[in-house]
Amino acid sequence: MINNTFFINILRFVLLILVQVLVFNRLNFFGYINPMVYVLFLYWYPIKKNRTTFILICFLLGLFIDIFSDTLALNAAATVTIAYLRPSIMRFVFGVNYEFQSFKLNSSTKAQQFTFLALLIVTHHIIYFTLEIFSFANVLLIFKKSITIGAASILLCLLFSSLFSTRKE
Amino acid sequence: MQQIINFLIRYKIFLFYLLLLFISLIFTFQSHSYHQSRFLNSANYVSGSIYAFFDNTTSYFDLREENEKLVQENQRLRYQLYNKTNNGAQPLDTLESNYLVVRGRVIKNSYSDQRNYITINKGNKDSVEQDMGVITSKGILGIVENTSNGFSTVQSILNEKSNINAKIKNSNHFGSLIWDTKDYKTVQLMDIPRLVQLTIGDTIVTGAMSSIFPENIPIGTIKKFDLDTSKSFYRIDVSLFNDMTNINNVYIIKNLNRQEILELQESTGTNDQ
Repeated sequence: MINNTFFINILRFVLLILVQVLVFNRLNFFGYINPMVYVLFLYWYPIKKNRTTFILICFLLGLFIDIFSDTLALNAAATVTIAYLRPSIMRFVFGVNYEFQSFKLNSSTKAQQFTFLALLIVTHHIIYFTLEIFSFANVLLIFKKSITIGAASILLCLLFSSLFSTRKE
Repeated sequence: MQQIINFLIRYKIFLFYLLLLFISLIFTFQSHSYHQSRFLNSANYVSGSIYAFFDNTTSYFDLREENEKLVQENQRLRYQLYNKTNNGAQPLDTLESNYLVVRGRVIKNSYSDQRNYITINKGNKDSVEQDMGVITSKGILGIVENTSNGFSTVQSILNEKSNINAKIKNSNHFGSLIWDTKDYKTVQLMDIPRLVQLTIGDTIVTGAMSSIFPENIPIGTIKKFDLDTSKSFYRIDVSLFNDMTNINNVYIIKNLNRQEILELQESTGTNDQ
Protein backbone atom coordinates (compact mmCIF):
# COMPACT_ATOMS: atom_id res chain seq x y z
CA MET A 1 0.00 0.00 0.00
CA ILE A 2 2.84 2.39 0.88
CA ASN A 3 4.64 1.40 -2.28
CA ASN A 4 1.49 1.96 -4.24
CA THR A 5 1.04 5.60 -3.15
CA PHE A 6 4.76 6.12 -3.58
CA PHE A 7 4.64 5.07 -7.23
CA ILE A 8 1.43 6.96 -7.87
CA ASN A 9 3.12 10.12 -6.63
CA ILE A 10 6.20 9.61 -8.76
CA LEU A 11 3.99 9.02 -11.77
CA ARG A 12 2.00 12.16 -11.03
CA PHE A 13 5.21 14.14 -10.56
CA VAL A 14 6.55 13.16 -13.99
CA LEU A 15 3.25 13.33 -15.86
CA LEU A 16 2.27 16.72 -14.43
CA ILE A 17 5.65 18.20 -15.43
CA LEU A 18 5.34 16.82 -18.97
CA VAL A 19 1.73 17.93 -19.36
CA GLN A 20 2.59 21.38 -18.02
CA VAL A 21 5.60 22.07 -20.25
CA LEU A 22 4.46 20.32 -23.41
CA VAL A 23 0.80 21.23 -23.46
CA PHE A 24 -0.22 24.03 -21.12
CA ASN A 25 2.88 26.22 -21.52
CA ARG A 26 2.09 26.37 -25.25
CA LEU A 27 -1.60 27.12 -24.92
CA ASN A 28 -1.30 30.95 -25.02
CA PHE A 29 -5.05 31.43 -24.94
CA PHE A 30 -5.81 35.11 -25.72
CA GLY A 31 -2.07 35.52 -26.19
CA TYR A 32 -1.02 35.15 -22.57
CA ILE A 33 -3.15 32.64 -20.62
CA ASN A 34 -1.06 29.58 -19.80
CA PRO A 35 -2.81 27.70 -16.97
CA MET A 36 -0.57 26.07 -14.37
CA VAL A 37 -2.04 22.66 -13.73
CA TYR A 38 0.94 21.21 -11.89
CA VAL A 39 -0.40 22.76 -8.67
CA LEU A 40 -2.70 19.70 -8.61
CA PHE A 41 0.26 17.74 -7.27
CA LEU A 42 -0.04 19.62 -3.99
CA TYR A 43 -3.80 19.11 -3.97
CA TRP A 44 -3.50 15.35 -4.44
CA TYR A 45 -0.48 14.70 -2.23
CA PRO A 46 -1.36 12.58 0.85
CA ILE A 47 -1.99 14.58 4.00
CA LYS A 48 -0.33 12.32 6.54
CA LYS A 49 3.20 12.56 5.27
CA ASN A 50 6.45 14.04 6.48
CA ARG A 51 6.26 17.79 5.92
CA THR A 52 9.98 18.24 5.24
CA THR A 53 9.90 15.69 2.42
CA PHE A 54 6.77 17.29 1.04
CA ILE A 55 8.36 20.75 0.93
CA LEU A 56 11.49 19.36 -0.70
CA ILE A 57 9.51 17.46 -3.35
CA CYS A 58 7.49 20.58 -4.16
CA PHE A 59 10.69 22.60 -4.46
CA LEU A 60 12.02 20.06 -6.97
CA LEU A 61 8.71 20.09 -8.85
CA GLY A 62 8.89 23.87 -9.24
CA LEU A 63 12.54 23.73 -10.19
CA PHE A 64 11.93 21.21 -12.98
CA ILE A 65 9.13 23.35 -14.39
CA ASP A 66 11.53 26.33 -14.24
CA ILE A 67 14.26 24.52 -16.09
CA PHE A 68 11.89 23.57 -18.87
CA SER A 69 10.26 26.96 -19.25
CA ASP A 70 13.31 29.21 -18.66
CA THR A 71 11.66 31.13 -15.82
CA LEU A 72 14.71 31.29 -13.48
CA ALA A 73 13.40 29.94 -10.15
CA LEU A 74 10.00 31.64 -10.02
CA ASN A 75 7.93 28.44 -10.00
CA ALA A 76 10.16 26.94 -7.33
CA ALA A 77 9.70 29.95 -5.03
CA ALA A 78 5.91 30.02 -5.48
CA THR A 79 5.47 26.25 -5.13
CA VAL A 80 7.64 25.91 -2.04
CA THR A 81 5.64 28.71 -0.41
CA ILE A 82 2.26 27.06 -0.95
CA ALA A 83 3.76 23.74 0.14
CA TYR A 84 4.71 25.39 3.42
CA LEU A 85 1.32 27.09 3.75
CA ARG A 86 -0.74 24.00 2.87
CA PRO A 87 -1.45 22.87 6.46
CA SER A 88 -2.62 26.36 7.39
CA ILE A 89 -4.89 26.52 4.35
CA MET A 90 -6.30 23.07 5.18
CA ARG A 91 -6.97 24.08 8.76
CA PHE A 92 -8.77 27.16 7.47
CA VAL A 93 -10.88 25.22 4.98
CA PHE A 94 -11.64 21.95 6.79
CA GLY A 95 -11.52 23.16 10.38
CA VAL A 96 -9.81 20.98 12.99
CA ASN A 97 -11.33 17.91 11.31
CA TYR A 98 -8.41 17.33 9.04
CA GLU A 99 -6.02 16.53 11.86
CA PHE A 100 -7.90 13.33 12.67
CA GLN A 101 -6.56 10.06 11.36
CA SER A 102 -9.77 9.22 9.52
CA PHE A 103 -9.95 12.42 7.46
CA LYS A 104 -10.06 11.97 3.69
CA LEU A 105 -10.20 14.58 0.96
CA ASN A 106 -12.99 12.69 -0.79
CA SER A 107 -15.17 12.67 2.31
CA SER A 108 -15.27 16.47 2.51
CA THR A 109 -17.89 18.48 0.67
CA LYS A 110 -17.48 19.74 -2.88
CA ALA A 111 -17.42 23.35 -1.69
CA GLN A 112 -14.57 22.59 0.69
CA GLN A 113 -12.55 20.86 -2.00
CA PHE A 114 -13.09 23.77 -4.35
CA THR A 115 -12.06 26.36 -1.74
CA PHE A 116 -8.94 24.38 -0.90
CA LEU A 117 -7.90 24.13 -4.55
CA ALA A 118 -8.76 27.77 -5.28
CA LEU A 119 -6.76 29.05 -2.29
CA LEU A 120 -3.72 27.01 -3.32
CA ILE A 121 -3.86 28.29 -6.88
CA VAL A 122 -4.57 31.93 -6.05
CA THR A 123 -1.73 32.10 -3.51
CA HIS A 124 0.62 30.41 -5.96
CA HIS A 125 -0.26 32.77 -8.82
CA ILE A 126 -0.01 35.95 -6.77
CA ILE A 127 3.47 35.01 -5.55
CA TYR A 128 4.55 33.90 -9.00
CA PHE A 129 3.46 37.02 -10.86
CA THR A 130 4.67 39.38 -8.14
CA LEU A 131 8.14 37.89 -8.46
CA GLU A 132 8.00 37.72 -12.24
CA ILE A 133 6.92 41.30 -12.86
CA PHE A 134 8.50 42.71 -9.70
CA SER A 135 7.55 46.36 -9.90
CA PHE A 136 4.98 48.41 -8.03
CA ALA A 137 4.26 50.40 -11.18
CA ASN A 138 2.66 47.30 -12.66
CA VAL A 139 0.42 46.25 -9.76
CA LEU A 140 -2.57 46.23 -12.10
CA LEU A 141 -0.80 43.91 -14.49
CA ILE A 142 0.00 41.57 -11.60
CA PHE A 143 -3.69 41.52 -10.61
CA LYS A 144 -4.88 41.07 -14.16
CA LYS A 145 -2.56 38.13 -14.77
CA SER A 146 -3.20 36.49 -11.40
CA ILE A 147 -6.97 36.71 -11.78
CA THR A 148 -7.34 35.63 -15.40
CA ILE A 149 -4.69 32.92 -15.39
CA GLY A 150 -5.79 31.84 -11.90
CA ALA A 151 -9.37 31.39 -13.11
CA ALA A 152 -8.16 29.32 -16.07
CA SER A 153 -5.97 27.18 -13.80
CA ILE A 154 -8.81 26.55 -11.34
CA LEU A 155 -11.15 25.54 -14.15
CA LEU A 156 -8.67 23.09 -15.67
CA CYS A 157 -7.60 21.70 -12.29
CA LEU A 158 -11.26 21.02 -11.43
CA LEU A 159 -11.70 19.20 -14.71
CA PHE A 160 -8.56 17.16 -14.13
CA SER A 161 -9.41 16.33 -10.54
CA SER A 162 -12.86 15.08 -11.48
CA LEU A 163 -11.43 13.18 -14.43
CA PHE A 164 -8.80 11.39 -12.35
CA SER A 165 -10.63 11.23 -9.04
CA THR A 166 -9.28 8.52 -6.76
CA ARG A 167 -11.36 6.29 -4.56
CA LYS A 168 -8.48 5.51 -2.23
CA GLU A 169 -6.25 7.67 0.00
CA MET B 1 22.72 26.17 23.89
CA GLN B 2 19.90 23.84 24.81
CA GLN B 3 17.42 26.55 23.93
CA ILE B 4 19.01 27.19 20.55
CA ILE B 5 18.74 23.49 19.71
CA ASN B 6 15.16 23.39 20.91
CA PHE B 7 14.40 26.41 18.78
CA LEU B 8 15.97 24.78 15.74
CA ILE B 9 14.02 21.56 16.28
CA ARG B 10 10.74 23.32 16.80
CA TYR B 11 11.06 25.54 13.75
CA LYS B 12 12.91 23.13 11.52
CA ILE B 13 10.18 23.05 8.90
CA PHE B 14 9.96 26.82 8.78
CA LEU B 15 13.75 27.15 8.57
CA PHE B 16 13.88 24.53 5.83
CA TYR B 17 11.22 26.44 3.93
CA LEU B 18 13.16 29.69 4.32
CA LEU B 19 16.31 27.99 3.04
CA LEU B 20 14.61 26.69 -0.12
CA LEU B 21 12.87 30.03 -0.71
CA PHE B 22 16.19 31.79 -0.28
CA ILE B 23 17.86 29.48 -2.82
CA SER B 24 15.15 30.10 -5.40
CA LEU B 25 15.23 33.88 -4.84
CA ILE B 26 19.01 33.90 -5.32
CA PHE B 27 18.59 32.06 -8.62
CA THR B 28 15.95 34.58 -9.61
CA PHE B 29 17.70 37.81 -8.72
CA GLN B 30 21.29 37.09 -9.64
CA SER B 31 20.21 36.84 -13.26
CA HIS B 32 18.06 39.99 -13.24
CA SER B 33 21.25 41.97 -13.69
CA TYR B 34 22.74 40.48 -16.83
CA HIS B 35 22.62 36.97 -18.14
CA GLN B 36 20.09 34.26 -17.55
CA SER B 37 20.99 31.78 -14.87
CA ARG B 38 23.69 29.48 -16.13
CA PHE B 39 22.24 26.40 -14.42
CA LEU B 40 18.51 26.85 -14.80
CA ASN B 41 17.86 26.96 -18.50
CA SER B 42 16.27 24.64 -21.00
CA ALA B 43 19.47 24.21 -23.06
CA ASN B 44 20.45 21.16 -21.03
CA TYR B 45 20.48 17.60 -22.24
CA VAL B 46 17.28 16.33 -20.61
CA SER B 47 14.85 19.14 -21.42
CA GLY B 48 16.48 19.73 -24.80
CA SER B 49 16.00 16.11 -25.86
CA ILE B 50 12.40 16.04 -24.65
CA TYR B 51 11.56 19.22 -26.55
CA ALA B 52 13.42 17.97 -29.64
CA PHE B 53 11.52 14.68 -29.51
CA PHE B 54 8.14 16.39 -29.40
CA ASP B 55 9.18 18.90 -32.06
CA ASN B 56 10.02 15.94 -34.29
CA THR B 57 6.43 14.78 -34.06
CA THR B 58 4.65 18.11 -34.29
CA SER B 59 6.83 19.61 -37.03
CA TYR B 60 4.87 17.72 -39.69
CA PHE B 61 1.76 19.77 -39.07
CA ASP B 62 3.13 22.99 -40.53
CA LEU B 63 5.37 21.65 -43.27
CA ARG B 64 3.32 23.21 -46.05
CA GLU B 65 3.43 26.66 -44.49
CA GLU B 66 7.15 26.40 -43.80
CA ASN B 67 7.86 25.35 -47.39
CA GLU B 68 5.90 28.34 -48.62
CA LYS B 69 8.04 30.66 -46.45
CA LEU B 70 11.29 29.13 -47.67
CA VAL B 71 10.23 29.37 -51.32
CA GLN B 72 9.37 33.04 -50.83
CA GLU B 73 12.76 33.65 -49.31
CA ASN B 74 14.48 31.84 -52.18
CA GLN B 75 12.53 33.94 -54.62
CA ARG B 76 13.68 37.14 -52.94
CA LEU B 77 17.30 36.00 -52.84
CA ARG B 78 17.22 34.96 -56.50
CA TYR B 79 15.80 38.34 -57.41
CA GLN B 80 18.70 40.02 -55.63
CA LEU B 81 21.18 37.66 -57.23
CA TYR B 82 20.02 38.24 -60.82
CA ASN B 83 19.80 41.99 -60.35
CA LYS B 84 23.26 42.31 -58.90
CA THR B 85 25.11 45.16 -60.63
CA ASN B 86 28.68 43.90 -60.37
CA ASN B 87 28.58 40.66 -62.24
CA GLY B 88 31.77 39.42 -60.53
CA ALA B 89 32.06 35.94 -59.11
CA GLN B 90 31.83 35.59 -55.36
CA PRO B 91 35.32 35.17 -53.86
CA LEU B 92 35.77 31.62 -52.61
CA ASP B 93 38.34 32.55 -50.00
CA THR B 94 36.57 32.28 -46.65
CA LEU B 95 39.04 34.69 -45.07
CA GLU B 96 37.25 37.43 -47.00
CA SER B 97 33.84 36.77 -45.44
CA ASN B 98 32.65 38.53 -42.30
CA TYR B 99 29.72 36.40 -41.21
CA LEU B 100 29.06 32.69 -40.79
CA VAL B 101 25.50 31.37 -40.94
CA VAL B 102 24.22 28.23 -39.18
CA ARG B 103 20.66 27.00 -39.64
CA GLY B 104 18.56 25.79 -36.73
CA ARG B 105 15.05 24.89 -35.62
CA VAL B 106 13.02 26.31 -32.76
CA ILE B 107 12.06 23.52 -30.36
CA LYS B 108 10.51 25.70 -27.66
CA ASN B 109 9.06 29.17 -28.00
CA SER B 110 7.43 31.52 -25.50
CA TYR B 111 6.02 35.03 -25.86
CA SER B 112 3.65 35.55 -22.96
CA ASP B 113 6.12 36.12 -20.10
CA GLN B 114 8.13 39.21 -19.20
CA ARG B 115 11.40 37.51 -20.08
CA ASN B 116 10.87 35.21 -23.02
CA TYR B 117 13.43 32.67 -24.12
CA ILE B 118 13.48 30.46 -27.19
CA THR B 119 15.28 27.10 -27.30
CA ILE B 120 16.88 25.97 -30.56
CA ASN B 121 18.37 22.62 -31.58
CA LYS B 122 21.91 23.81 -32.30
CA GLY B 123 24.66 24.08 -29.69
CA ASN B 124 28.41 24.05 -29.10
CA LYS B 125 29.00 21.15 -31.45
CA ASP B 126 27.56 23.22 -34.31
CA SER B 127 29.85 26.10 -33.22
CA VAL B 128 27.03 28.18 -31.75
CA GLU B 129 28.32 30.44 -28.97
CA GLN B 130 27.00 33.06 -26.60
CA ASP B 131 26.14 36.46 -28.14
CA MET B 132 25.52 35.29 -31.68
CA GLY B 133 22.54 36.82 -33.49
CA VAL B 134 19.47 34.78 -34.43
CA ILE B 135 17.20 35.79 -37.34
CA THR B 136 14.45 34.27 -39.45
CA SER B 137 13.73 34.83 -43.12
CA LYS B 138 11.53 37.80 -42.16
CA GLY B 139 13.53 39.60 -39.49
CA ILE B 140 15.49 39.47 -36.26
CA LEU B 141 14.58 37.14 -33.43
CA GLY B 142 17.12 37.49 -30.61
CA ILE B 143 20.59 36.79 -29.26
CA VAL B 144 22.05 33.45 -28.11
CA GLU B 145 22.38 33.45 -24.35
CA ASN B 146 23.30 29.96 -23.08
CA THR B 147 24.59 26.97 -24.97
CA SER B 148 25.01 23.30 -24.16
CA ASN B 149 26.46 20.62 -26.38
CA GLY B 150 23.43 20.18 -28.59
CA PHE B 151 21.05 23.03 -27.71
CA SER B 152 21.00 26.76 -26.99
CA THR B 153 18.62 29.26 -25.43
CA VAL B 154 17.99 32.53 -27.23
CA GLN B 155 17.00 35.76 -25.50
CA SER B 156 14.05 36.81 -27.61
CA ILE B 157 13.52 40.47 -28.60
CA LEU B 158 10.36 39.99 -26.52
CA ASN B 159 12.39 40.16 -23.31
CA GLU B 160 12.54 43.12 -20.97
CA LYS B 161 16.33 42.76 -20.81
CA SER B 162 16.71 42.88 -24.58
CA ASN B 163 18.47 45.97 -26.00
CA ILE B 164 19.44 45.99 -29.67
CA ASN B 165 20.87 48.74 -31.85
CA ALA B 166 18.44 49.69 -34.61
CA LYS B 167 17.98 52.48 -37.13
CA ILE B 168 15.55 53.87 -39.66
CA LYS B 169 16.15 52.39 -43.10
CA ASN B 170 18.15 54.54 -45.53
CA SER B 171 19.24 56.95 -42.84
CA ASN B 172 21.79 56.76 -40.07
CA HIS B 173 19.65 57.85 -37.16
CA PHE B 174 20.01 55.03 -34.68
CA GLY B 175 18.35 54.18 -31.39
CA SER B 176 17.92 51.21 -29.10
CA LEU B 177 15.20 48.63 -29.48
CA ILE B 178 13.50 47.52 -26.27
CA TRP B 179 10.24 45.79 -25.31
CA ASP B 180 7.70 47.19 -22.85
CA THR B 181 6.28 43.65 -22.20
CA LYS B 182 2.74 44.73 -23.22
CA ASP B 183 2.16 43.22 -26.66
CA TYR B 184 3.98 40.47 -28.50
CA LYS B 185 3.45 42.12 -31.88
CA THR B 186 5.06 45.44 -30.96
CA VAL B 187 8.49 46.52 -29.72
CA GLN B 188 9.72 50.04 -28.93
CA LEU B 189 12.52 52.05 -30.51
CA MET B 190 13.90 54.76 -28.20
CA ASP B 191 16.38 57.63 -28.50
CA ILE B 192 15.67 58.75 -32.06
CA PRO B 193 16.22 62.56 -31.93
CA ARG B 194 13.29 64.89 -32.40
CA LEU B 195 14.61 66.54 -35.55
CA VAL B 196 14.23 63.34 -37.60
CA GLN B 197 11.32 63.27 -40.04
CA LEU B 198 9.24 60.16 -39.37
CA THR B 199 6.33 58.66 -41.30
CA ILE B 200 4.07 55.86 -40.21
CA GLY B 201 5.02 52.75 -42.18
CA ASP B 202 8.76 53.52 -42.34
CA THR B 203 10.95 50.43 -42.09
CA ILE B 204 13.20 49.84 -39.08
CA VAL B 205 16.35 47.74 -39.59
CA THR B 206 19.33 46.75 -37.44
CA GLY B 207 22.07 49.36 -37.13
CA ALA B 208 25.76 49.20 -37.84
CA MET B 209 26.75 49.78 -34.21
CA SER B 210 26.01 46.23 -33.22
CA SER B 211 28.84 43.70 -33.22
CA ILE B 212 26.24 40.91 -33.20
CA PHE B 213 23.93 41.52 -36.16
CA PRO B 214 24.91 42.56 -39.68
CA GLU B 215 23.56 45.93 -40.77
CA ASN B 216 20.16 46.27 -42.49
CA ILE B 217 18.40 43.16 -41.21
CA PRO B 218 14.67 43.98 -41.19
CA ILE B 219 12.86 44.38 -37.87
CA GLY B 220 9.47 45.98 -38.53
CA THR B 221 7.56 49.09 -39.54
CA ILE B 222 6.64 52.23 -37.57
CA LYS B 223 3.15 51.87 -36.16
CA LYS B 224 2.93 54.95 -33.96
CA PHE B 225 5.34 57.54 -32.58
CA ASP B 226 5.31 60.32 -29.99
CA LEU B 227 7.81 62.25 -27.89
CA ASP B 228 9.05 60.77 -24.63
CA THR B 229 8.99 62.60 -21.28
CA SER B 230 12.15 64.61 -22.01
CA LYS B 231 10.46 65.99 -25.18
CA SER B 232 13.67 65.67 -27.18
CA PHE B 233 13.53 62.05 -28.29
CA TYR B 234 10.91 59.94 -29.99
CA ARG B 235 9.41 56.80 -28.56
CA ILE B 236 8.40 54.70 -31.56
CA ASP B 237 6.12 51.66 -31.58
CA VAL B 238 7.44 49.20 -34.12
CA SER B 239 5.18 46.43 -35.39
CA LEU B 240 7.31 43.38 -36.08
CA PHE B 241 7.66 41.63 -39.43
CA ASN B 242 8.05 38.30 -37.64
CA ASP B 243 5.00 36.57 -36.27
CA MET B 244 6.58 35.74 -32.91
CA THR B 245 3.96 33.09 -32.19
CA ASN B 246 4.87 30.98 -35.18
CA ILE B 247 8.59 30.49 -35.73
CA ASN B 248 10.24 27.33 -37.00
CA ASN B 249 13.40 27.70 -39.06
CA VAL B 250 16.02 30.21 -37.90
CA TYR B 251 19.51 31.27 -38.95
CA ILE B 252 22.26 31.85 -36.39
CA ILE B 253 24.80 34.47 -37.44
CA LYS B 254 28.36 34.64 -36.23
CA ASN B 255 30.29 37.88 -36.72
CA LEU B 256 33.88 36.77 -37.35
CA ASN B 257 35.22 40.23 -36.49
CA ARG B 258 33.42 40.51 -33.17
CA GLN B 259 36.44 39.62 -31.04
CA GLU B 260 38.58 42.19 -32.82
CA ILE B 261 35.93 44.90 -32.51
CA LEU B 262 35.46 44.26 -28.79
CA GLU B 263 39.20 44.26 -28.11
CA LEU B 264 39.66 47.48 -30.02
CA GLN B 265 36.79 49.16 -28.16
CA GLU B 266 38.18 47.97 -24.86
CA SER B 267 41.70 49.28 -25.51
CA THR B 268 40.29 52.61 -26.70
CA GLY B 269 38.27 52.85 -23.51
CA THR B 270 41.32 52.24 -21.32
CA ASN B 271 43.48 54.72 -23.23
CA ASP B 272 41.04 57.49 -22.42
CA GLN B 273 41.48 57.15 -18.70
